[in-house]
Amino acid sequence: MIEIKQLSKKYKGADIFSVSNLDLSISEKDIFGLLGPNGAGKTTLISLLCSLIKPTSGSFVINGLTYKKNKNQLKQLIGIVPQEYALYPTLTAFENLMYFGSMYGLKGNKLKIKIKAALQTLGLSQFSNKKINTFSGGMKRRINLIASILHDPKVLFLDEPTVGVDVQSKNVIINYLKELNKKGTTIIYTSHHLNEAEAFCTKVAIIDHGKIITQGPPKSLINDQKNANNLEDIFLALTGHALRDHA
Amino acid sequence: MHKLLASTYKEFLLLTRDIGGIAILFIMPLVLIVTITIIQDSTFKTVSETKIPILLVDNDKGSVSETIVKGLEESNIFEVIKINIEEDAKNLVFKGKNQLAIVIPENLSSDLENKINQNVEGILNKFGLDEEVIVENQPKKVFLAKEVKLYFDPATQFSFKNSVKNEVDKMISRIETQSIYNAFQKQITDDPSEIIFETENFISFKEILPKNKDENILPNSVQHNVPAWTLFAIFFIIVPLSINIVKEKSQGTFVRLRTNPVSYLTVLGGKTVIYLIVCLIQFMLMLLIGIYLFPAIGLPTLNVSGKFPLLFLVALFAGLAAIGLGLLLGTIAKTQEQSAPFGATFVVILAALGGVWVPVFIMPEFMQTLSKISPMNWGLNAFYDVFLRNSSLLEIVPEITLLFLFFIITTLIAIVYNEKKNAV
Repeated sequence: MIEIKQLSKKYKGADIFSVSNLDLSISEKDIFGLLGPNGAGKTTLISLLCSLIKPTSGSFVINGLTYKKNKNQLKQLIGIVPQEYALYPTLTAFENLMYFGSMYGLKGNKLKIKIKAALQTLGLSQFSNKKINTFSGGMKRRINLIASILHDPKVLFLDEPTVGVDVQSKNVIINYLKELNKKGTTIIYTSHHLNEAEAFCTKVAIIDHGKIITQGPPKSLINDQKNANNLEDIFLALTGHALRDHA
Repeated sequence: MHKLLASTYKEFLLLTRDIGGIAILFIMPLVLIVTITIIQDSTFKTVSETKIPILLVDNDKGSVSETIVKGLEESNIFEVIKINIEEDAKNLVFKGKNQLAIVIPENLSSDLENKINQNVEGILNKFGLDEEVIVENQPKKVFLAKEVKLYFDPATQFSFKNSVKNEVDKMISRIETQSIYNAFQKQITDDPSEIIFETENFISFKEILPKNKDENILPNSVQHNVPAWTLFAIFFIIVPLSINIVKEKSQGTFVRLRTNPVSYLTVLGGKTVIYLIVCLIQFMLMLLIGIYLFPAIGLPTLNVSGKFPLLFLVALFAGLAAIGLGLLLGTIAKTQEQSAPFGATFVVILAALGGVWVPVFIMPEFMQTLSKISPMNWGLNAFYDVFLRNSSLLEIVPEITLLFLFFIITTLIAIVYNEKKNAV
């Protein structure tokens, strides 16, 4: 599904590579977790795969397509749930979704039905006509998610989709993502919630200093590591206990 | 097309949800045009209702000072306030209590008369026409040149100072000429009723105005101000438009749009349609103000009879030029702190270059050249062509073509810049 070869990214003025000669293969229908400390390169990798930034070197292919040759096809194939809410605060939930759905070429009743169904599943039907600036963080996260899946993407990228939300909202989001995966959507997500990733992902990769330091199904990784009871143990063993503050 | 319509509708919703923003967009230009027109109207009026009070210290108390006072009062611009002591007048003016003081020197009338009589006698003697006995080598009495002093408030504008100086200079020249005629008259004939000289001006001026169907087109403050300030307001659209684009970047929606299968041209297209409609509504409101409000508050009526289609066309293309600039600024700026002050200042610079405040023909040569590349200058010329020069569509084609090209070029630069910046 996704083949990444020797992908590197160094930001202008930066001393080090945020992503460095990274190779990775993600299979169709995986729920793939990209885990790592702050500044490890998770968001940069997602941004590269979503064509938001230009790689310094290396290449990747998604479903046999590249941005250079198949830009619009690829954009139609993927969905992105950015870390920011990325919604118009003064528009209602329905207006936001109608607009972003239209950008994928969806229109009319077909789009309205899709929006209503998604709002229903994520428990937001009664807030459909409320403005986004009146929503809580959890509600905004759910609308942010719906805005990215109205066109039934084959691959869905999520950058920390459950950050700052309550447990209830988190459960609704994770269950919804599992449903999407069952229907055939490949999911690539980044998170700091290692327990959530352990339960949710079919495969994870721990990334640090722009490189993948380990990858595989969470259970295999835990079994293979001595004295590890969960992903957090492995994470700390591989990335260390030092703080990763950066500016 | 569907994506463009959706983008346009989204922009419409965003704009209409910001009531304060809409109020500023539509009300402020109207306040601006009313204020400026009221202020500038007195400059254009031949009969002004408000008179400038000037202090007059009359140390002469003769015929010359009488004529000066009469001339000032008849000018209908000044209200003469007589004051006895020069020092008092000077203090009042220099402290800004009054704009101007005129001090007429002692014995101005008698010395002027005697000096002219002396000169006239001298001339007539040369021609042997003087009947009186001439005493050879008798020394002439020396009359020192007289000074009419003018005191101006230091804050007075240069143009006002100049026009007052010219007015006083003209008056004094007239008095001197009249006195010369009188002196000759007295010397040549003893009968004061006998008219020897025609003292009326031989040369006069007649202003030929452009005509519309045999009717003179009389320029007034409204015909000048409405186009100029309408254009200024139209160009101010670059501020809210660039803020709109920068906001999209800061709230993350622009990042989402970049991952959507939609071109930047489509995104900008939606903004262009809505903001162009805003420009045209602004334009219509300003015309309505000129037609209906101005006469109600004592200003001349804006005459748009038969000109509306061409004016609308100019407003349309001027709006496009302004929008192109707004799109470019919004694309390049990273924060609202960059786009808003830059946009506002840049519009003021364009307005100055375009001739909104000071006519282009009195600018320094370098600025005149620079003004030729100001879209506001093209727009203002097109408006003046229609409003004041009675021009046809063909005659405004060059200006509206330039405005359209400006829109195309700025929009293209915005798109290319965005593509380059976000190239993958």
